[in-house]
Amino acid sequence: MCLALPAQIVAIDSATNMATASVDNVKVEVSLALVDDVALGDYVLVHVGYALNKIDEDEALKTLALFAEAGLTSSV
Amino acid sequence: MKYISEFRQQDLAQQLAKAIAQTVDPDRHYRLMEFCGGHTHAIFRYGVQDLMPGNVEFIHGPGCPVCVLPTGRIDNAIQLAERPELILCTYADLIRVPATGRNSLLKAKAGGSDIRMIYSTQDALKMARENPKKQVVFFAIGFETTTPPTAVAIKQAQAEGLTNFTVFCNHVLTPAAMQAILDAPQPVAIDAFLGPSHVSTVIGSQPYEIFAERYNKPIVIAGFEPLDVMQSALMLIRQLNEGRYEVENEYSRAVTRQGNQKAQALVQEVFALRPQFEWRGLGLIPDSALKLKAEYADFDAEQRFDMPEIKASDVKGCECPAILRGAKKPQDCKLLGTVCTPENPMGSCMVSSEGACAAYWSYGRVRG
Repeated sequence: MCLALPAQIVAIDSATNMATASVDNVKVEVSLALVDDVALGDYVLVHVGYALNKIDEDEALKTLALFAEAGLTSSV
Repeated sequence: MKYISEFRQQDLAQQLAKAIAQTVDPDRHYRLMEFCGGHTHAIFRYGVQDLMPGNVEFIHGPGCPVCVLPTGRIDNAIQLAERPELILCTYADLIRVPATGRNSLLKAKAGGSDIRMIYSTQDALKMARENPKKQVVFFAIGFETTTPPTAVAIKQAQAEGLTNFTVFCNHVLTPAAMQAILDAPQPVAIDAFLGPSHVSTVIGSQPYEIFAERYNKPIVIAGFEPLDVMQSALMLIRQLNEGRYEVENEYSRAVTRQGNQKAQALVQEVFALRPQFEWRGLGLIPDSALKLKAEYADFDAEQRFDMPEIKASDVKGCECPAILRGAKKPQDCKLLGTVCTPENPMGSCMVSSEGACAAYWSYGRVRG
């Protein structure tokens, strides 16, 4: 129920506030009613046909770095 | 797939497992409740439990909206759907949930009721536009993640002047359930919480701060991928070792402290708190669910149709209620795998893709 998938915005129809999002080349229509300032190429979390949030690339990289860091600590 | 495969890398999982094994205090037991069914499934599906030291235990929480919905509300929906002028639409998760008398929405549909599965609230609006002579009722369930799309649909219906669209609202609130678990007369022993992923994208991490402060429980907002779950468990273990009780955010790529304020504003505009609401397993919880505000009464199925409150009981022997409180595990239930299977579910925890029994049945049966 609360599942949401990261998808990339590949087309925006500003008249209807709808967009096309792509998950591994599967295209899905999503509403942009819950988000502001979404641009082509952005990644959003898609939940029941709505973009819930933009995904923050910098934060994603920081989290991945944390995983690697835990690995480094464990190998000492 | 970007933002998915990086968070499922096997080598990193092994490294995180090592880090966790080195961090745990062998003399203590760590009871971590994962609130969300999404986490329960990640833990079973990816074998995360098997990568944990023996003294780290996951306790499965009530974060499965289909599971906590009391049977009486499904009976209500089936009664509604029996009206010939009505189309009832809902998310797929609810279709097979057992109702009273071995009934379900799926069986009611087979019996002739017009019940349809939808993916998005936009589909429900479309159905109402295309069937002006029918009443279209959206049977709405879900936590804070799923509530904003319902609010959007109600606002849109109002703007379009759709008079044949109503919502049977069963949206519930996560912090209220967390509070009920902590305040239970015989509380389940829990040391720390893995906090909700996508609920938190909407409400932010701030609403959990009171639990860290008042109940001395560390909380880490955790993403739904296996590495997210492992990293979050590590962060919780560190907090417990150091005697810290804080809200930390592992899922920072999607969650901020304030959450999605646009979505929150929409929900506040359309919905008001119910004084109390019944949860399967947790009983009546004050201020734990939403109803449509008086200004939106025209779109409230409970106002438009006669819907008496139905008190229904669960199937005898089904341990769903205790499992949802974290008091029992799926394997403690005598019905699991014998009379209760996904094909023939006795309780909601076996039906939903977020239910603990479904996770155990699908991935956990063959664990050593």
